[in-house]
Amino acid sequence: MLRTVKDLQTGQNVVLSDKDLEFVKRIQSGKIPDSNFDNFAPWIDWFSSDVMDTPLRSMPPSKTSFLPSKIDKMKISKMVHAIKMGWMKPKPKPSTEPNFYMLWESDDKADEMRRVHDHIPAPKVRLPSNAESYNPPSEYLFDEKEMKDWDSKDDEPWKRRYNFIPQKYKSLREVPAYDNYTRERFQRCLDLYLCPRAKKMRLTIKAEDLVPQLPNPKDLQPFPTICSMIFKGHSHMVRSITLEPHGQFFASGSEDGTVKVWEIATGRCMKTFEFGCVIRWVEWCPNKSLSLLAVAADSDVMLINPGVGDKLIIEKTDLLLSETPDQGDYHPSERVKGAVQWEPVDEEKWSKGIRILIRHFKNVNQVTWHAKGDYFASVMSDGQNRSVLIHQLSSRRSQLPLNRSKGLIQCVLFHPIRPIFFIATQRHVRVYDLLKQEMVKKLISGAKWISSMSIHPGGDNVIVGTYDKKVMWFDLDLSTKPYQTLRFHGNAVRSVAFHKRYPLFASGSDDCNLIISHGMVYNDLLQNPLIVPVKKLRGHDKFSDFGILSIMFHNMQPWVFSSGADKTIRLYT
Amino acid sequence: MGKIKKKYESGEATAFMSRKMALRKLQLSLKMFRKLCILKGIYPREPKNRKKAQKGATDKKTLYLKKDIQFLLHEPIVWKLREHKVYLRKKGRAKALHDKVALKRVVDNKPMYKLDHIVKERYPTFIDAIRDLDDCLTLTFLFSTFPSLRFVPGSMSSLCRRLTVEFLHYVIEARALRKVFVSIKGYYYQAEIKGQTVTWIVPHYFGFQPQSPDEVDFRIMATFVEFYNTVLGFTNFRLFHSLNICYPPKLLTPRGTAEELNATNRLHWDNEEDLVSERVAALNQSLLRSSDAPVEEQVPEMDEFPVTDDAEKLEEMKREAERVKKLKNLFGGLKFYLGREVPREALCFMIRAVGGQASWNGDLFPGATFDESDDTITHQITDRNLENKQHVSRYYIQPQWVFDCINARALLPVDKYFPGAVLPPHLSPFHTEREGDYMPPEKRKFVDMEKGIVTPEDAFELANAGEEGEQEEEDDDDDDIDEEEDEGDLEASEEDEELDEDERALKDLKKQMKVTKGEAEIIDELKKRDDETKEQWRLRTMMIKNKHKRLYRKMMDSRRKRRREADRLASKRIQIDESTTKKPKKTKKSKAK
Repeated sequence: MLRTVKDLQTGQNVVLSDKDLEFVKRIQSGKIPDSNFDNFAPWIDWFSSDVMDTPLRSMPPSKTSFLPSKIDKMKISKMVHAIKMGWMKPKPKPSTEPNFYMLWESDDKADEMRRVHDHIPAPKVRLPSNAESYNPPSEYLFDEKEMKDWDSKDDEPWKRRYNFIPQKYKSLREVPAYDNYTRERFQRCLDLYLCPRAKKMRLTIKAEDLVPQLPNPKDLQPFPTICSMIFKGHSHMVRSITLEPHGQFFASGSEDGTVKVWEIATGRCMKTFEFGCVIRWVEWCPNKSLSLLAVAADSDVMLINPGVGDKLIIEKTDLLLSETPDQGDYHPSERVKGAVQWEPVDEEKWSKGIRILIRHFKNVNQVTWHAKGDYFASVMSDGQNRSVLIHQLSSRRSQLPLNRSKGLIQCVLFHPIRPIFFIATQRHVRVYDLLKQEMVKKLISGAKWISSMSIHPGGDNVIVGTYDKKVMWFDLDLSTKPYQTLRFHGNAVRSVAFHKRYPLFASGSDDCNLIISHGMVYNDLLQNPLIVPVKKLRGHDKFSDFGILSIMFHNMQPWVFSSGADKTIRLYT
Repeated sequence: MGKIKKKYESGEATAFMSRKMALRKLQLSLKMFRKLCILKGIYPREPKNRKKAQKGATDKKTLYLKKDIQFLLHEPIVWKLREHKVYLRKKGRAKALHDKVALKRVVDNKPMYKLDHIVKERYPTFIDAIRDLDDCLTLTFLFSTFPSLRFVPGSMSSLCRRLTVEFLHYVIEARALRKVFVSIKGYYYQAEIKGQTVTWIVPHYFGFQPQSPDEVDFRIMATFVEFYNTVLGFTNFRLFHSLNICYPPKLLTPRGTAEELNATNRLHWDNEEDLVSERVAALNQSLLRSSDAPVEEQVPEMDEFPVTDDAEKLEEMKREAERVKKLKNLFGGLKFYLGREVPREALCFMIRAVGGQASWNGDLFPGATFDESDDTITHQITDRNLENKQHVSRYYIQPQWVFDCINARALLPVDKYFPGAVLPPHLSPFHTEREGDYMPPEKRKFVDMEKGIVTPEDAFELANAGEEGEQEEEDDDDDDIDEEEDEGDLEASEEDEELDEDERALKDLKKQMKVTKGEAEIIDELKKRDDETKEQWRLRTMMIKNKHKRLYRKMMDSRRKRRREADRLASKRIQIDESTTKKPKKTKKSKAK
């Protein structure tokens, strides 16, 4: 036990004795410090009524204490006099009854007064429905399921349909008191003084008024309406389809490594070319006097002569491509050489139909022809700053239009009339002038990932399909932002296409829907294009999350082709 | 360069004040502020941009308009509230010191305040006051049933009772009652006063139910009632004067002595005043009018309607006015005797408000005007099975008949409302179905009746006949099918007998060879057209502007929800109807066997 305490006054240590310690303890426990003190000693009544022999105080009482007060007497006599004279009356009791009078002079005239600023009257209590009746029609009563639902919402009563359980009584006499009545009134009082109020605009329009007025699709015919042919033959998903410039045949490239040429009128597969690797793209040369099909197979781009159609053209094409033009003193730069090589075609390949073979340094995603049929471009997404190449058929030369990487390039497109080149990167579409060799415009899509694009035959409008479900219509004269963003699809849009003659465009998506829209472009610059969806076509099946992969219009007829992941190609007329 | 603008120093940030700021500004405690807000009708406001209004604070605050708080600053009652605080302190002190003289002096000088000016301020015109009468009446009716509670003095409940009785008297005298409804919560009444519809609820007639203090705070409600009593008093005063009735109300009949009145009512009352007030509260006698001069309000002539372009609307308005006119004297000339088990006050009020006369057993309550033995009684309202003592000259009916008649604005046939009968459902007159909502068949009948397609008697008869007829038709159909099947079997068997075995073999051979006739595809033109329009619609909805897409989806969702609700009720009804009609059928069949 600690007994040593520092004396603050002297600064010396003092050792407490047992007595001191007890003293401290008694003080701590609220007792009288002295342990010998008798707390319950008998009481001595010093100032008692008993007269002592020797009084404690010996002062005699004053005389006034025995006499009535004079001042009091004066006061009382004054009061008596006032009462006699009728001056003093008892105070009238204030009436507790309220006094009502005519507060308003007239029914609807308001006096000038200060009032609550911008008063919002409280909404009235909702009036009862049939369910609240003491004798409702029996359909309003809860069945077992509804009763269970009611019980399950004990913790969140605001989610219930009513704030009471509907009851049915045989007669009025049986109706009991409603338990929550006072509570509901109290809740209303709370709402009145505690609930924040605001003015809300109530909508008076109907849902129908929000739907735009569009021309009837019947008036916008012709457009494809029905699936009239299904081309089966591929053993894997069909990546790409392309139409012969005469409109008699079309070719399809599939993941099973084959390119098939089909006749449209009969539905027969005319030719099959096997390559043994994934065919990513096929594109027919638009020159009608040539019979050439560009095929992108892995890192090769092959121009094949499919050998269908006019024999004269087939022979002429073979003749034209059999001899290589003189390159003179042209030597491709190292950059081009590293990226692409025109390889000579041997006998074996020639017999397979291959006329020209161009080897690329990376996998080729897309091949697209210029409208004249002499130039064509190929895209390698992984090619970095050499991802786009433009090849010339007549001179067998290649060139790289881009010096620097512009991001992941998705697809490219030649302008149908002017020397303009479109390059779609992941989020933007860059428009280049090929003569001036400079960028003219950058179309900002605002989408996350562009998948495909197509240009109107007039050349002033571009549609862009994106993997984030949107199709964007760009009017090149109007702005670099989309004129309209169309959210037609429930899944990624894989392919978009314009019709060459009719005002139609289509979009195919992974949700297996092919949507045909009427897209009228007016010559008048003041009038904006008219876009009306006219038909939703469904036919393809889903295969490992892929739906429609490629779509294309017939060049003369209002027909549309679609190739899907379900190994088929469908023709809608 | 202009002056740099600081954040939250203009615009919405300065227009609002949080409650804490308001309390500081007014120098009041929260309790007093609450009372002041209730009395003055100040309420929090929802700002357009809460973050700005709260000066960047993200928690949710109770925001008042700054102007409202400034308005409170000039209220004389604020001083009275402060005086009241001082009064309570003084009273407490005197009590603690057992100083009776001081206590009496303090209590006698209790600071009182009047709310007259606040009533005028909150309701600049009389019409405004009537428009806001719903909550006032509902709460006053509730408080009129309360005993003396801790925060509700007895004088408050008795004042509530007095004011509600006065108001009911006005509705009776003005014939203003329009709709009534018995709900499980209470009685709903709707009256039309000065062109405004006023709806109030009266709880079922039972004693006071104690409430737990966590759920109901009577202090808050009492503050509301304090204000509402003032409003209702002034409103009653003006309403009574608009009909030239004396205020406070006095009975029209000459006042007899207490003894005489006691004799007629066979009830003993010591205090004459009490007896008179009880008789006023009975609602069964007309009130004394100050003069016989024509009242202010007059029924407008039919051709005085405001000119509207829509002829149909005008026609509808005229018809409505005609119906209301009929309702005002619906029970004219009818005499009702109320059994002791029915809610006397509610029924007496309703019957008298549409022109009828009512009475009850004088032993039970003052104000009875005729006896049960009176032969001129046309209806006796009873809610229990028939007693032995019956009068032939009157209908015995259940109370629901009165409610349904007023809602239908016609005298309904009584046969469905006889004592012990299964009552037809009691429907809410307030619920107007929008397009696509569920409407119970009973309501449809009423709607047809209102449109004038069928008379009330026809409506009931048709409904009955329809049900029976349908049943019969169903039975017929079943029989027909059975017969046809029988016939078909017979024919087949006959043919089989006729055929020889050879022929049969040939037939089998032929059967094997024969080309089955393809069925022509039946194109349902209607369905095709329907599908086409549907698809067109779907294509059009794809072109809704992105701005409106959410709204459109929301609207369609709510519509779908409503339709689902309606379908749910309709299918439930069909199920119930089927189950109820099947049972008697089964019994029929069993009888036949």
